[in-house]
Amino acid sequence: MIRAAAVGAGVLLLLLLGIPIASLILRVPAASLATRMADPAIQEALRLSLVTTLISTLLIVLIGTPVAYVLATRDFPGKRVVETLIDLPMVLPPTVAGLALLLAFGRMGIAGKILGFGLPFTTLAVIVAQVFMAAPFFIAPARAGFAALDRRLLDAAATLRASEGYAFARVVLPLTLPSLTAGAAMACARALGEFGATITFAGNLPGVTQTMPLAVYVAFQSDLEAAIVLSVLLMILSFGLLLGLRAATGRMGPASSLAAPIAR
Amino acid sequence: MKRLVFVLLLLASPAFARDETTIFAAASLSGAFKEMGKKYRFNFAGSQQLAAQLEQGAPADVFASADEQWMSYAREHGLIAGEPRVFARNRLVVITPKSNPGRVDRIADLARPGVKVLIGVENVPIGRYARQVLTKHSSDFARRVLGNVVSQEENVKAIVTKIALGEADAGFVYVSDATPAVRRMPIPDEVNVIAAYPIAVVKNAPHAEAAQAFVNFLLSREGQAILVKHGFLPAENSRP
Repeated sequence: MIRAAAVGAGVLLLLLLGIPIASLILRVPAASLATRMADPAIQEALRLSLVTTLISTLLIVLIGTPVAYVLATRDFPGKRVVETLIDLPMVLPPTVAGLALLLAFGRMGIAGKILGFGLPFTTLAVIVAQVFMAAPFFIAPARAGFAALDRRLLDAAATLRASEGYAFARVVLPLTLPSLTAGAAMACARALGEFGATITFAGNLPGVTQTMPLAVYVAFQSDLEAAIVLSVLLMILSFGLLLGLRAATGRMGPASSLAAPIAR
Repeated sequence: MKRLVFVLLLLASPAFARDETTIFAAASLSGAFKEMGKKYRFNFAGSQQLAAQLEQGAPADVFASADEQWMSYAREHGLIAGEPRVFARNRLVVITPKSNPGRVDRIADLARPGVKVLIGVENVPIGRYARQVLTKHSSDFARRVLGNVVSQEENVKAIVTKIALGEADAGFVYVSDATPAVRRMPIPDEVNVIAAYPIAVVKNAPHAEAAQAFVNFLLSREGQAILVKHGFLPAENSRP
Protein backbone atom coordinates (compact mmCIF):
# COMPACT_ATOMS: atom_id res chain seq x y z
CA MET A 1 0.00 0.00 0.00
CA ILE A 2 2.69 2.42 1.08
CA ARG A 3 4.81 1.32 -1.83
CA ALA A 4 1.97 1.84 -4.31
CA ALA A 5 1.33 5.31 -2.88
CA ALA A 6 5.01 6.19 -3.15
CA VAL A 7 5.17 5.04 -6.76
CA GLY A 8 1.97 6.94 -7.56
CA ALA A 9 3.26 10.11 -5.94
CA GLY A 10 6.58 9.75 -7.74
CA VAL A 11 4.91 9.33 -11.13
CA LEU A 12 2.65 12.31 -10.45
CA LEU A 13 5.60 14.54 -9.54
CA LEU A 14 7.59 13.40 -12.56
CA LEU A 15 4.65 14.19 -14.82
CA LEU A 16 4.22 17.60 -13.23
CA LEU A 17 7.90 18.39 -13.83
CA GLY A 18 8.32 16.47 -17.05
CA ILE A 19 5.31 17.54 -19.12
CA PRO A 20 6.06 21.30 -19.09
CA ILE A 21 9.74 20.72 -19.81
CA ALA A 22 8.93 18.30 -22.64
CA SER A 23 6.35 20.73 -24.05
CA LEU A 24 8.98 23.43 -24.20
CA ILE A 25 11.55 21.20 -25.89
CA LEU A 26 8.98 19.89 -28.40
CA ARG A 27 8.22 23.45 -29.49
CA VAL A 28 11.87 24.26 -30.29
CA PRO A 29 11.94 25.41 -33.92
CA ALA A 30 14.41 22.87 -35.27
CA ALA A 31 14.64 24.53 -38.69
CA SER A 32 15.57 27.98 -37.45
CA LEU A 33 17.45 26.95 -34.31
CA ALA A 34 20.90 27.67 -35.78
CA THR A 35 19.97 31.16 -36.99
CA ARG A 36 18.25 31.84 -33.67
CA MET A 37 21.36 30.88 -31.74
CA ALA A 38 23.48 33.14 -33.94
CA ASP A 39 21.15 36.08 -33.21
CA PRO A 40 23.36 38.77 -31.62
CA ALA A 41 20.55 39.68 -29.21
CA ILE A 42 20.40 36.13 -27.83
CA GLN A 43 24.20 35.91 -27.62
CA GLU A 44 24.33 39.26 -25.84
CA ALA A 45 21.84 38.10 -23.20
CA LEU A 46 23.68 34.79 -22.83
CA ARG A 47 27.06 36.50 -22.42
CA LEU A 48 25.70 38.98 -19.88
CA SER A 49 24.05 36.17 -17.91
CA LEU A 50 27.21 34.06 -17.82
CA VAL A 51 29.51 36.95 -16.84
CA THR A 52 27.23 38.33 -14.08
CA THR A 53 26.45 34.86 -12.70
CA LEU A 54 30.15 33.97 -12.56
CA ILE A 55 31.05 37.18 -10.72
CA SER A 56 28.15 36.97 -8.29
CA THR A 57 28.91 33.32 -7.49
CA LEU A 58 32.56 34.22 -6.75
CA LEU A 59 31.44 37.09 -4.52
CA ILE A 60 28.95 34.84 -2.72
CA VAL A 61 31.65 32.22 -2.00
CA LEU A 62 34.16 34.86 -0.85
CA ILE A 63 31.73 36.61 1.47
CA GLY A 64 29.59 33.61 2.37
CA THR A 65 32.36 31.21 3.49
CA PRO A 66 33.53 33.22 6.54
CA VAL A 67 29.93 34.08 7.41
CA ALA A 68 28.87 30.42 7.24
CA TYR A 69 31.92 29.36 9.29
CA VAL A 70 31.22 31.87 12.04
CA LEU A 71 27.54 30.90 12.14
CA ALA A 72 28.45 27.21 12.36
CA THR A 73 31.12 27.50 15.03
CA ARG A 74 30.41 30.52 17.23
CA ASP A 75 27.56 31.65 19.44
CA PHE A 76 26.73 35.29 19.90
CA PRO A 77 23.74 37.29 21.02
CA GLY A 78 21.21 37.86 18.26
CA LYS A 79 22.51 34.93 16.23
CA ARG A 80 19.01 33.70 15.43
CA VAL A 81 18.03 37.08 14.06
CA VAL A 82 21.14 37.20 11.89
CA GLU A 83 20.49 33.68 10.59
CA THR A 84 16.87 34.48 9.79
CA LEU A 85 17.91 37.67 8.03
CA ILE A 86 20.35 35.74 5.85
CA ASP A 87 17.65 33.17 4.98
CA LEU A 88 15.05 35.81 4.20
CA PRO A 89 15.79 36.30 0.46
CA MET A 90 15.01 32.60 -0.10
CA VAL A 91 11.35 33.17 0.73
CA LEU A 92 11.01 36.83 -0.23
CA PRO A 93 9.18 37.51 -3.49
CA PRO A 94 11.99 38.72 -5.80
CA THR A 95 10.01 41.85 -6.74
CA VAL A 96 9.95 42.84 -3.08
CA ALA A 97 13.71 42.36 -2.92
CA GLY A 98 14.10 44.45 -6.06
CA LEU A 99 12.02 47.25 -4.62
CA ALA A 100 14.03 47.17 -1.38
CA LEU A 101 17.29 47.31 -3.36
CA LEU A 102 15.94 50.17 -5.45
CA LEU A 103 15.04 52.16 -2.34
CA ALA A 104 18.45 51.44 -0.80
CA PHE A 105 20.86 51.72 -3.73
CA GLY A 106 18.97 54.11 -5.99
CA ARG A 107 20.58 57.51 -6.39
CA MET A 108 17.87 58.86 -4.06
CA GLY A 109 18.22 55.86 -1.72
CA ILE A 110 19.99 55.70 1.65
CA ALA A 111 23.07 53.84 0.45
CA GLY A 112 22.96 55.55 -2.93
CA LYS A 113 23.27 58.98 -1.33
CA ILE A 114 26.27 57.84 0.73
CA LEU A 115 27.92 56.33 -2.36
CA GLY A 116 27.16 59.47 -4.33
CA PHE A 117 25.73 57.52 -7.28
CA GLY A 118 22.86 55.18 -8.02
CA LEU A 119 23.30 51.53 -8.94
CA PRO A 120 20.08 51.01 -10.94
CA PHE A 121 20.41 50.55 -14.70
CA THR A 122 24.02 49.31 -14.38
CA THR A 123 25.48 45.81 -14.76
CA LEU A 124 26.69 46.13 -11.18
CA ALA A 125 23.04 46.31 -10.09
CA VAL A 126 22.42 42.97 -11.83
CA ILE A 127 25.27 41.43 -9.81
CA VAL A 128 24.04 42.97 -6.55
CA ALA A 129 20.53 41.61 -7.17
CA GLN A 130 21.93 38.15 -7.89
CA VAL A 131 24.16 38.15 -4.78
CA PHE A 132 21.22 39.32 -2.65
CA MET A 133 18.89 36.61 -3.91
CA ALA A 134 21.35 33.71 -4.24
CA ALA A 135 23.69 34.08 -1.22
CA PRO A 136 21.44 32.08 1.17
CA PHE A 137 21.54 29.13 -1.22
CA PHE A 138 25.30 28.95 -0.61
CA ILE A 139 25.38 29.89 3.06
CA ALA A 140 22.83 27.29 4.23
CA PRO A 141 24.67 24.18 2.93
CA ALA A 142 28.07 25.68 3.77
CA ARG A 143 26.96 26.28 7.36
CA ALA A 144 25.60 22.73 7.61
CA GLY A 145 28.89 21.38 6.27
CA PHE A 146 30.97 23.34 8.79
CA ALA A 147 28.64 22.33 11.63
CA ALA A 148 28.89 18.63 10.74
CA LEU A 149 32.68 18.73 10.92
CA ASP A 150 34.14 16.68 13.79
CA ARG A 151 35.58 19.28 16.17
CA ARG A 152 38.14 16.76 17.47
CA LEU A 153 39.96 17.04 14.15
CA LEU A 154 40.56 20.72 14.83
CA ASP A 155 41.65 19.94 18.38
CA ALA A 156 44.07 17.39 16.98
CA ALA A 157 45.44 19.97 14.54
CA ALA A 158 45.86 22.42 17.42
CA THR A 159 47.85 19.91 19.48
CA LEU A 160 50.13 19.57 16.47
CA ARG A 161 50.63 23.33 16.72
CA ALA A 162 48.80 24.10 13.50
CA SER A 163 47.69 27.74 13.45
CA GLU A 164 43.98 28.44 13.09
CA GLY A 165 44.43 29.62 9.52
CA TYR A 166 46.56 26.62 8.59
CA ALA A 167 44.03 24.25 10.13
CA PHE A 168 41.19 25.98 8.23
CA ALA A 169 43.00 25.66 4.91
CA ARG A 170 44.33 22.12 5.39
CA VAL A 171 41.66 20.46 7.52
CA VAL A 172 38.36 22.35 7.37
CA LEU A 173 38.25 23.29 3.69
CA PRO A 174 39.13 19.88 2.21
CA LEU A 175 36.61 18.12 4.44
CA THR A 176 33.76 20.53 3.76
CA LEU A 177 34.46 20.90 0.05
CA PRO A 178 31.40 18.83 -1.01
CA SER A 179 29.05 21.12 0.97
CA LEU A 180 30.76 24.25 -0.31
CA THR A 181 30.64 23.06 -3.92
CA ALA A 182 27.00 22.06 -3.58
CA GLY A 183 26.16 25.46 -2.13
CA ALA A 184 28.12 27.31 -4.81
CA ALA A 185 26.35 25.41 -7.59
CA MET A 186 22.93 26.05 -6.06
CA ALA A 187 23.71 29.75 -5.67
CA CYS A 188 25.04 29.88 -9.22
CA ALA A 189 21.86 28.26 -10.58
CA ARG A 190 19.68 30.62 -8.58
CA ALA A 191 21.65 33.65 -9.80
CA LEU A 192 21.35 32.46 -13.39
CA GLY A 193 17.57 32.31 -13.08
CA GLU A 194 17.18 35.62 -11.23
CA PHE A 195 14.40 37.70 -12.76
CA GLY A 196 12.14 39.71 -10.45
CA ALA A 197 14.74 41.58 -8.44
CA THR A 198 16.77 42.26 -11.58
CA ILE A 199 13.98 43.80 -13.66
CA THR A 200 12.72 45.86 -10.70
CA PHE A 201 16.11 47.05 -9.48
CA ALA A 202 18.50 46.93 -12.42
CA GLY A 203 16.05 47.57 -15.24
CA ASN A 204 16.01 46.05 -18.70
CA LEU A 205 18.49 47.18 -21.35
CA PRO A 206 20.06 44.78 -23.86
CA GLY A 207 23.78 44.31 -23.25
CA VAL A 208 23.73 46.14 -19.91
CA THR A 209 21.04 44.66 -17.67
CA GLN A 210 18.99 42.34 -19.88
CA THR A 211 19.99 38.85 -18.71
CA MET A 212 18.57 35.63 -20.17
CA PRO A 213 15.46 35.47 -17.95
CA LEU A 214 14.60 39.09 -18.82
CA ALA A 215 15.17 38.40 -22.50
CA VAL A 216 12.78 35.43 -22.24
CA TYR A 217 10.13 37.64 -20.66
CA VAL A 218 10.44 40.40 -23.24
CA ALA A 219 10.54 37.92 -26.13
CA PHE A 220 7.46 36.14 -24.78
CA GLN A 221 5.48 39.29 -25.45
CA SER A 222 6.30 39.50 -29.13
CA ASP A 223 8.36 36.63 -30.42
CA LEU A 224 7.31 33.28 -28.96
CA GLU A 225 9.89 31.33 -30.96
CA ALA A 226 12.76 33.40 -29.57
CA ALA A 227 11.33 32.99 -26.06
CA ILE A 228 11.27 29.20 -26.49
CA VAL A 229 14.87 29.06 -27.75
CA LEU A 230 16.06 31.22 -24.85
CA SER A 231 14.08 29.18 -22.33
CA VAL A 232 15.48 25.88 -23.53
CA LEU A 233 19.00 27.32 -23.53
CA LEU A 234 18.55 28.51 -19.96
CA MET A 235 17.11 25.15 -18.94
CA ILE A 236 20.03 23.24 -20.47
CA LEU A 237 22.51 25.49 -18.63
CA SER A 238 20.77 25.01 -15.28
CA PHE A 239 20.34 21.28 -15.83
CA GLY A 240 23.99 20.89 -16.75
CA LEU A 241 25.05 22.89 -13.70
CA LEU A 242 23.01 20.76 -11.28
CA LEU A 243 23.97 17.49 -12.99
CA GLY A 244 27.64 18.48 -12.89
CA LEU A 245 27.25 19.22 -9.21
CA ARG A 246 25.77 15.77 -8.54
CA ALA A 247 28.63 14.11 -10.42
CA ALA A 248 31.27 16.17 -8.63
CA THR A 249 29.92 15.72 -5.10
CA GLY A 250 29.35 12.03 -5.83
CA ARG A 251 33.06 11.71 -6.55
CA MET A 252 33.99 13.61 -3.41
CA GLY A 253 31.84 11.28 -1.30
CA PRO A 254 28.64 12.00 0.53
CA ALA A 255 28.66 14.57 3.30
CA SER A 256 28.04 11.86 5.91
CA SER A 257 31.49 10.39 5.35
CA LEU A 258 33.32 13.68 5.80
CA ALA A 259 35.93 12.22 8.10
CA ALA A 260 36.41 9.05 6.09
CA PRO A 261 39.73 10.04 4.48
CA ILE A 262 41.18 10.71 7.94
CA ALA A 263 39.90 7.42 9.36
CA ARG A 264 41.60 5.54 6.56
CA MET B 1 -7.28 10.86 -0.89
CA LYS B 2 -10.66 11.18 -2.61
CA ARG B 3 -11.28 14.35 -0.69
CA LEU B 4 -7.94 15.77 -1.83
CA VAL B 5 -8.74 15.03 -5.46
CA PHE B 6 -12.12 16.65 -5.00
CA VAL B 7 -10.55 19.81 -3.58
CA LEU B 8 -8.05 19.99 -6.45
CA LEU B 9 -10.82 19.61 -9.02
CA LEU B 10 -12.80 22.29 -7.27
CA LEU B 11 -9.83 24.68 -7.43
CA ALA B 12 -9.45 23.98 -11.14
CA SER B 13 -13.09 24.45 -12.05
CA PRO B 14 -14.23 27.82 -13.32
CA ALA B 15 -16.96 27.71 -10.67
CA PHE B 16 -14.35 28.31 -8.01
CA ALA B 17 -13.49 31.63 -9.58
CA ARG B 18 -16.24 33.90 -8.33
CA ASP B 19 -18.97 34.23 -10.87
CA GLU B 20 -18.19 37.75 -11.99
CA THR B 21 -17.80 39.45 -15.30
CA THR B 22 -14.07 39.44 -16.00
CA ILE B 23 -12.47 42.41 -17.75
CA PHE B 24 -9.00 42.09 -19.29
CA ALA B 25 -7.68 45.64 -19.59
CA ALA B 26 -4.43 47.44 -20.39
CA ALA B 27 -2.52 48.52 -17.27
CA SER B 28 -2.98 52.20 -18.10
CA LEU B 29 -6.76 51.78 -17.65
CA SER B 30 -6.58 50.54 -14.06
CA GLY B 31 -7.42 53.83 -12.36
CA ALA B 32 -10.45 54.64 -14.50
CA PHE B 33 -11.84 51.11 -14.73
CA LYS B 34 -11.79 50.51 -10.99
CA GLU B 35 -14.26 53.37 -10.74
CA MET B 36 -16.65 51.72 -13.22
CA GLY B 37 -18.12 49.41 -10.65
CA LYS B 38 -17.33 46.87 -8.00
CA LYS B 39 -19.18 43.97 -9.58
CA TYR B 40 -16.41 43.32 -12.11
CA ARG B 41 -13.22 41.38 -11.77
CA PHE B 42 -10.27 43.09 -13.46
CA ASN B 43 -7.06 41.68 -14.86
CA PHE B 44 -4.71 44.59 -15.61
CA ALA B 45 -1.51 43.91 -17.58
CA GLY B 46 0.27 44.92 -20.76
CA SER B 47 -2.03 44.61 -23.80
CA GLN B 48 0.34 42.14 -25.46
CA GLN B 49 0.31 39.97 -22.34
CA LEU B 50 -3.50 40.01 -22.17
CA ALA B 51 -3.72 39.02 -25.83
CA ALA B 52 -1.38 36.10 -25.12
CA GLN B 53 -3.48 35.06 -22.12
CA LEU B 54 -6.68 35.17 -24.19
CA GLU B 55 -4.98 33.05 -26.82
CA GLN B 56 -4.17 30.45 -24.17
CA GLY B 57 -7.85 30.31 -23.25
CA ALA B 58 -7.95 32.48 -20.14
CA PRO B 59 -11.60 32.97 -19.11
CA ALA B 60 -12.53 36.57 -19.87
CA ASP B 61 -15.59 38.53 -20.96
CA VAL B 62 -14.15 41.82 -22.16
CA PHE B 63 -10.80 42.79 -23.69
CA ALA B 64 -9.73 46.45 -23.59
CA SER B 65 -6.42 47.08 -25.37
CA ALA B 66 -4.15 50.14 -25.27
CA ASP B 67 -3.62 50.00 -29.01
CA GLU B 68 -5.19 48.80 -32.23
CA GLN B 69 -2.39 46.36 -32.93
CA TRP B 70 -3.10 43.91 -30.12
CA MET B 71 -6.85 44.18 -30.72
CA SER B 72 -6.29 43.29 -34.39
CA TYR B 73 -4.13 40.43 -33.22
CA ALA B 74 -6.96 39.19 -31.01
CA ARG B 75 -9.46 39.58 -33.85
CA GLU B 76 -7.28 37.79 -36.39
CA HIS B 77 -6.88 34.90 -33.97
CA GLY B 78 -10.64 34.64 -33.49
CA LEU B 79 -10.52 35.62 -29.84
CA ILE B 80 -13.21 38.29 -29.84
CA ALA B 81 -16.84 38.54 -30.87
CA GLY B 82 -18.10 41.35 -33.09
CA GLU B 83 -16.41 44.59 -34.01
CA PRO B 84 -14.05 46.32 -31.56
CA ARG B 85 -14.96 49.91 -30.69
CA VAL B 86 -12.70 52.76 -29.69
CA PHE B 87 -13.85 53.98 -26.28
CA ALA B 88 -11.04 56.33 -25.25
CA ARG B 89 -7.98 58.13 -26.49
CA ASN B 90 -4.80 59.14 -24.77
CA ARG B 91 -1.85 61.41 -25.42
CA LEU B 92 1.75 60.97 -24.41
CA VAL B 93 3.62 63.17 -21.97
CA VAL B 94 7.18 63.29 -20.71
CA ILE B 95 7.42 62.99 -16.94
CA THR B 96 10.36 63.89 -14.73
CA PRO B 97 10.97 63.64 -10.99
CA LYS B 98 9.59 66.59 -9.02
CA SER B 99 13.13 67.86 -8.40
CA ASN B 100 13.95 67.53 -12.13
CA PRO B 101 17.55 66.35 -11.56
CA GLY B 102 18.25 66.00 -15.29
CA ARG B 103 17.11 69.59 -16.01
CA VAL B 104 14.63 68.42 -18.64
CA ASP B 105 12.54 71.49 -19.52
CA ARG B 106 12.00 71.08 -23.24
CA ILE B 107 11.69 67.97 -25.34
CA ALA B 108 15.07 68.79 -26.91
CA ASP B 109 16.73 68.32 -23.50
CA LEU B 110 16.07 64.57 -23.75
CA ALA B 111 18.88 64.29 -26.31
CA ARG B 112 21.48 65.95 -24.05
CA PRO B 113 24.24 63.42 -23.22
CA GLY B 114 23.89 61.92 -19.74
CA VAL B 115 20.15 62.39 -19.36
CA LYS B 116 18.69 59.10 -18.10
CA VAL B 117 15.60 58.25 -20.11
CA LEU B 118 13.05 55.47 -19.48
CA ILE B 119 10.98 54.13 -22.34
CA GLY B 120 8.63 51.18 -22.83
CA VAL B 121 9.83 48.01 -24.53
CA GLU B 122 9.29 48.32 -28.27
CA ASN B 123 6.46 45.79 -28.46
CA VAL B 124 4.44 47.36 -25.63
CA PRO B 125 2.07 50.07 -26.94
CA ILE B 126 3.61 52.83 -24.81
CA GLY B 127 7.07 51.89 -26.09
CA ARG B 128 5.95 51.98 -29.71
CA TYR B 129 4.12 55.31 -29.29
CA ALA B 130 7.15 56.90 -27.60
CA ARG B 131 9.36 55.85 -30.50
CA GLN B 132 6.81 57.39 -32.89
CA VAL B 133 7.03 60.68 -31.02
CA LEU B 134 10.82 60.61 -31.27
CA THR B 135 10.90 59.87 -35.01
CA LYS B 136 8.23 62.50 -35.66
CA HIS B 137 10.70 64.96 -34.17
CA SER B 138 13.56 63.72 -36.38
CA SER B 139 15.37 60.45 -36.91
CA ASP B 140 18.61 61.94 -35.62
CA PHE B 141 16.82 63.11 -32.47
CA ALA B 142 15.33 59.64 -32.05
CA ARG B 143 18.77 58.06 -32.32
CA ARG B 144 20.26 60.39 -29.70
CA VAL B 145 17.39 59.98 -27.22
CA LEU B 146 17.40 56.19 -27.64
CA GLY B 147 21.11 56.37 -26.82
CA ASN B 148 20.14 57.95 -23.50
CA VAL B 149 17.70 55.17 -22.60
CA VAL B 150 18.86 53.43 -19.42
CA SER B 151 16.07 50.88 -19.29
CA GLN B 152 13.22 49.59 -21.43
CA GLU B 153 10.38 48.98 -19.01
CA GLU B 154 7.76 46.39 -19.74
CA ASN B 155 4.82 48.44 -18.53
CA VAL B 156 3.89 52.05 -18.13
CA LYS B 157 3.34 51.90 -14.36
CA ALA B 158 6.94 50.82 -13.79
CA ILE B 159 8.13 53.94 -15.65
CA VAL B 160 5.98 56.19 -13.45
CA THR B 161 7.23 54.53 -10.25
CA LYS B 162 10.90 54.73 -11.17
CA ILE B 163 10.56 58.40 -12.17
CA ALA B 164 8.61 59.18 -8.98
CA LEU B 165 11.47 57.60 -7.01
CA GLY B 166 13.87 59.88 -8.86
CA GLU B 167 15.96 57.03 -10.28
CA ALA B 168 15.82 58.27 -13.87
CA ASP B 169 15.52 61.79 -15.32
CA ALA B 170 12.63 61.47 -17.76
CA GLY B 171 10.17 58.93 -19.14
CA PHE B 172 7.46 58.64 -21.75
CA VAL B 173 4.00 57.73 -20.40
CA TYR B 174 0.33 58.37 -21.15
CA VAL B 175 -1.13 61.62 -19.82
CA SER B 176 -3.58 59.53 -17.81
CA ASP B 177 -0.69 57.83 -15.99
CA ALA B 178 1.13 60.95 -14.85
CA THR B 179 0.38 60.93 -11.12
CA PRO B 180 0.79 63.95 -8.86
CA ALA B 181 4.06 62.37 -7.67
CA VAL B 182 5.80 63.35 -10.91
CA ARG B 183 6.30 66.55 -12.90
CA ARG B 184 4.76 66.74 -16.37
CA MET B 185 6.43 68.19 -19.42
CA PRO B 186 3.90 68.39 -22.25
CA ILE B 187 4.87 67.14 -25.69
CA PRO B 188 4.05 69.62 -28.48
CA ASP B 189 0.93 68.59 -30.43
CA GLU B 190 2.74 68.44 -33.75
CA VAL B 191 4.99 65.58 -32.56
CA ASN B 192 2.59 63.92 -30.13
CA VAL B 193 0.62 60.78 -30.93
CA ILE B 194 -2.93 59.93 -29.99
CA ALA B 195 -3.37 56.42 -28.67
CA ALA B 196 -6.75 54.85 -29.39
CA TYR B 197 -8.13 52.27 -26.94
CA PRO B 198 -10.35 49.64 -28.58
CA ILE B 199 -12.64 47.34 -26.60
CA ALA B 200 -14.52 44.17 -27.53
CA VAL B 201 -16.52 41.36 -26.00
CA VAL B 202 -14.52 38.14 -25.93
CA LYS B 203 -15.68 35.23 -28.07
CA ASN B 204 -17.79 32.72 -26.11
CA ALA B 205 -17.72 35.04 -23.09
CA PRO B 206 -19.32 33.35 -20.08
CA HIS B 207 -21.14 36.60 -19.29
CA ALA B 208 -21.72 38.02 -22.76
CA GLU B 209 -24.69 40.16 -21.74
CA ALA B 210 -22.97 41.78 -18.77
CA ALA B 211 -19.89 42.22 -20.95
CA GLN B 212 -21.87 44.12 -23.59
CA ALA B 213 -23.46 46.21 -20.84
CA PHE B 214 -19.98 47.16 -19.60
CA VAL B 215 -18.95 48.24 -23.11
CA ASN B 216 -22.15 50.27 -23.48
CA PHE B 217 -21.58 51.92 -20.11
CA LEU B 218 -18.04 52.92 -21.11
CA LEU B 219 -19.41 54.59 -24.23
CA SER B 220 -22.22 56.31 -22.33
CA ARG B 221 -21.91 59.91 -21.17
CA GLU B 222 -21.33 58.71 -17.60
CA GLY B 223 -18.58 56.26 -18.59
CA GLN B 224 -16.86 58.82 -20.78
CA ALA B 225 -16.94 61.35 -17.93
CA ILE B 226 -15.07 58.91 -15.66
CA LEU B 227 -12.45 58.34 -18.35
CA VAL B 228 -11.98 62.08 -18.88
CA LYS B 229 -11.63 62.56 -15.13
CA HIS B 230 -8.70 60.13 -15.28
CA GLY B 231 -6.92 62.09 -17.99
CA PHE B 232 -8.18 60.30 -21.11
CA LEU B 233 -9.59 62.00 -24.18
CA PRO B 234 -13.17 61.00 -25.02
CA ALA B 235 -13.87 58.39 -27.70
CA GLU B 236 -15.19 60.94 -30.20
CA ASN B 237 -12.19 63.10 -30.65
CA SER B 238 -11.92 64.88 -33.94
CA ARG B 239 -8.14 65.07 -33.80
CA PRO B 240 -6.26 62.50 -35.89
